[in-house]
Amino acid sequence: MNTPNSDKQQLIIIGNGMVGHHLVEQLVERGATERYHVIVFGEERHLAYDRVHLSEYFSGRDADSLALSTADYYAEHGIELRLAEAVTAIDRDGSEVLTPQGRYRYDRLVLATGSYPFVPPIPGNDRDGCLVYRTLEDLDAIREAAETATTGVVVGGGLLGLEAANALRGLNLDTAVVEFAPRLMPMQVDSEGGELLREKIEALGVQVLTGRATQEIIDGEASRHRMVFQDDKVLETDLIVFSAGIRPRDELARDCSLEMGERGGVVIDDRCLTSDPAILAVGEVALWNNSIFGLVAPGYQMAKAAAATLLEGGMTFGGADMSTKLKLMGVDVGSIGDAHGDRTPGARMFRYLDPLKQQYRKLVVSSDGKRLVGAMLVGDNSVYDTLLQYYANRMELPEDPASLILPSSEGAPALGPDALPEAATICSCHNVTKGDVCATIDGGAVDLAAVKGETKASTGCGGCAALLKSLVDHELESRGVEVDKSICEHFAHTRQELYDIVRVEGIKTFGELIEKHGASHTPGLGCDICKPAVASILASCFNEPITDAAHIPLQDTNDTFMANMQKNGTYSVVPRIPGGEITPDKLVVLGQVAQKYGLYTKITGGQRVDLFGARLEDLPDIWGELIEAGFETGHAYGKSLRTVKSCVGSTWCRYGVQDSVGMAIHLENRYKGLRSPHKIKFAVSGCTRECAEAQSKDVGVIATENGWNLYVCGNGGMRPRHAELLATDLDDETLIRTIDRFLMFYVRTADRLQRTSVWRENLEGGLDYLKEVILDDSLGLGEELESQMQAVIDSYECEWANAIKDPEKLKRFRSFVNDSRPDPDIIVTEERGQLRPA
Amino acid sequence: MTNATAAKTMTQTWQSLCARAALVPFSGVAAWVETAEGPAQVALFYLPGHEQELYALDHHDPFSNANVIARGIVGDLKGQLVVASPIYKQHFRLEDGQCLEDDSVALRSWKVSFKGDEVWIEA
Ligand code: SRM
Ligand SMILES: Cc1cc2nc3c(=O)[nH]c(=O)nc-3n(C[C@H](O)[C@H](O)[C@H](O)COP(=O)(O)OP(=O)(O)OC[C@H]3O[C@@H](n4cnc5c(N)ncnc54)[C@H](O)[C@@H]3O)c2cc1C
Ligand code: SF4
Ligand code: FES
Repeated sequence: MNTPNSDKQQLIIIGNGMVGHHLVEQLVERGATERYHVIVFGEERHLAYDRVHLSEYFSGRDADSLALSTADYYAEHGIELRLAEAVTAIDRDGSEVLTPQGRYRYDRLVLATGSYPFVPPIPGNDRDGCLVYRTLEDLDAIREAAETATTGVVVGGGLLGLEAANALRGLNLDTAVVEFAPRLMPMQVDSEGGELLREKIEALGVQVLTGRATQEIIDGEASRHRMVFQDDKVLETDLIVFSAGIRPRDELARDCSLEMGERGGVVIDDRCLTSDPAILAVGEVALWNNSIFGLVAPGYQMAKAAAATLLEGGMTFGGADMSTKLKLMGVDVGSIGDAHGDRTPGARMFRYLDPLKQQYRKLVVSSDGKRLVGAMLVGDNSVYDTLLQYYANRMELPEDPASLILPSSEGAPALGPDALPEAATICSCHNVTKGDVCATIDGGAVDLAAVKGETKASTGCGGCAALLKSLVDHELESRGVEVDKSICEHFAHTRQELYDIVRVEGIKTFGELIEKHGASHTPGLGCDICKPAVASILASCFNEPITDAAHIPLQDTNDTFMANMQKNGTYSVVPRIPGGEITPDKLVVLGQVAQKYGLYTKITGGQRVDLFGARLEDLPDIWGELIEAGFETGHAYGKSLRTVKSCVGSTWCRYGVQDSVGMAIHLENRYKGLRSPHKIKFAVSGCTRECAEAQSKDVGVIATENGWNLYVCGNGGMRPRHAELLATDLDDETLIRTIDRFLMFYVRTADRLQRTSVWRENLEGGLDYLKEVILDDSLGLGEELESQMQAVIDSYECEWANAIKDPEKLKRFRSFVNDSRPDPDIIVTEERGQLRPA
Repeated sequence: MTNATAAKTMTQTWQSLCARAALVPFSGVAAWVETAEGPAQVALFYLPGHEQELYALDHHDPFSNANVIARGIVGDLKGQLVVASPIYKQHFRLEDGQCLEDDSVALRSWKVSFKGDEVWIEA
């Protein structure tokens, strides 16, 4: 029915999924469109999209942003894209494929049909609300079914099953996972790892049932369905997602008698050719050396080999490594090589299990102890990259391999980029080695973006981003290229340099700074990187109200409106409650204000109360009432002092040796309002039992019989770090002087958005150097730091108190300049007796 | 020209919005506008002393679905004037609302100008 144009051969690709699309890109890149007229058939109505990140469709990404390409790209390269048109048969004798719309002749044909989710043959598996998790359409169906459901079950506790369970949880369903095997993720982890994984996942509120085979699904009593297990136990649920493995979509190949694997899959050779040399297969439908590869990276490698085959070029497919690292529901799981150790004769295992931190690590080492043949990680993937390099590059292990998984104080010695051999794979999605990266740098790439653009490294799953960055920085530096540490395109300076300029030259506005020291090639407005950073520097140095007209355009919205913006455009209000101590009267006021303005109320992790959902135009009235009752702003919005947590201390506690509450209140009142490179948190404990968790704070103070021990540079959050002991048995006055110096030194020298922990890790000379500067005053800065701190303290004024007495500053607190109505799009609903965004 | 666009151009008119004093220099404010296509929340940005001093874009942020664009930081990137969404920080070009991070997303933009000390918009 279609007429081939000119003398080009016709190449048909069936399937426009991740691998099919990658093949198209490879063909375009290698100029194959000169030789072939390419037709692509896709059964789905969407153009190829990023299935690996499919779950993000539930967390806000839409179909467009998941798309891997555009229709224009296909058109531009003369590729005929026929979406929503499934191929129904291949006629090998006539060299044609059939679709409901017609017949199309081919000279070469590629099967890229992927796989489908396997649904176990359980009676009742086709009931309404029994779904799968593979395509955008599937997710739409799940979302729709979840609207009227309260509970959901995922059948299958493998990698994808847990991802699906997380999605159900995100849709606010009470979620359970039912696994046939005796543990979760049986392919990747052993029974110890599986047990730990179960504990972690149950702690998230997901019910885990292992060793359960579903016999049938029937009508439920309390819910829509009832699942009946082999032991006659039952589970009721409104929605069921099957995720019990994948099967190749090989029906077209089977019907036209191509050679198939015993358990399915189209057999291919190293060149991706099937048993019919006119036909190739790539991706999850293809069976190579008796294996199906259910990951995208091997599929991409097949696509490259197939493109080569279609152009008679050399590259072949030689199998792929199935090592994986993932974060499922916030739980790290890593599996490298022969993780179970059952494929390596004589393999020796090292195991480390920390039941408190809930971490499990296992090394599988060759019989001579020299090579890593596999590894398994649950609960902490921090050593994954290092282990993978040992494994993939067959590097000789250290004498004591266990050191790689034991929690020595420094952790496993990370393999720096320079320790890696040239052949080390950096990005497995795009098969980029260290040698490739070095070659692009030698070829003129001058930064990370250029290397990414040329090699495509780090543009697939993204798992290699950190390694790639450190390699590129390292290689650039070793070639004498100065790695650009400028804060942004407007200033060729670091934050520290800008701080010094501001202080030495006494510059008081952003305008003056950019005029005198900004890059001349820009329109000179600044941007959302340098403006808040400079605003913070100006505040650290001069402490003028951030709501002054000159500073207003510099601030992030949180600082502008002195409240934290929430996802629906409303704000949260957090009054300061120093040390967590609050009078009953003040508590009553908080309740009354929350009631009056319809605010959702929550006790925070910082020992105070957060009132959420305040409308912009209500903020001044809310603060008027709070200030009236004696509250001050809590700076929850600022890069500044947050809270000083305290325990109850010697006043009440039978173990307390100092008044920790009194000290916490004193410290909070002293440093409130100090603006800094990032937020700062303190805690004070009344004895070594440490109920205030001071050792996880930027500044931690722990009472001793003789005074106070001072810990610094701790962090909770994304990368927890224990604080280090800076000084012991300090009296009140010395404690405060030492903290003054420490904080000001940090404010002066840290990078933007660098917490004290990261700053300390980058500080040359480490803790010893810090001690010299702060305690021994080796730089002779002590007095200056103290007096600078005193200046900030003396100029403190509650920002909200300052703003509400100035009608000019309040003008901005309304939704519309020309209309008094509130934003009508902010819609709330009730949950557990309080309001939340609808 | 089709009838639909003809109808649209015919009903678009210049209307007065607010006083100059309601604007915040080098930053944004939001206004409620009845346009030919129905009511719209419009973010107004004011860059005194620049060649073009006034810009108007959608106040609605397509990435967060909240009405917040006027509360973003105004700046320039690679020579183009932009505002950064205060929620997920994407940049939108003041001139035409184009999102710099995602080709397929653009905010609507309107013509705005001063008439004396008043801000007028064509909508
Ligand atoms: C409200 C609160 C959670 C709660 O309901 O308990 C909270 C809420 C937020 N936290 Fe937090 N954090 C809260 C305690 C904590 C704690 C616990 C603590 O302080 O003891 C931590 C870990 C301790 C630490 O920071 O070392 C914590 C670690 C973070 C982090 C990670 C910081 C890090 O260095 O890894 C962020 C992200 C950031 O700052 O870049 C963050 C960021 C946020 C933001 C600002 C996210 C955002 O940008 O919207 C949240 C906005 C709050 C709001 O809108 O009002 N929050 N956050 C807690 C407020 C405490 C307070 O009274 O001020
Ligand atoms: C939720 C989820 C998370 C995942 N996470 C990861 C991960 O973290 N890492 C990883 O490496 N992999 C992951 N994967 C696996 C990865 O998505 C697949 O390996 C990859 O998509 C395989 O690509 P493919 O092109 O072979 O198959 P697919 O992407 O499935 O594409 C095949 C396409 O062919 C179409 N098709 C089938 N038959 C026909 C026909 N007869 N006619 C026309 N079109 C047809 C299908 O509709 C489909 O669009 C994940 C998968 C899912 C579902
Ligand atoms: S840290 Fe010590 S003093 Fe404070 S509450 Fe705990 S046991 Fe009591
Ligand atoms: S390893 Fe997936 S992007 Fe590099």
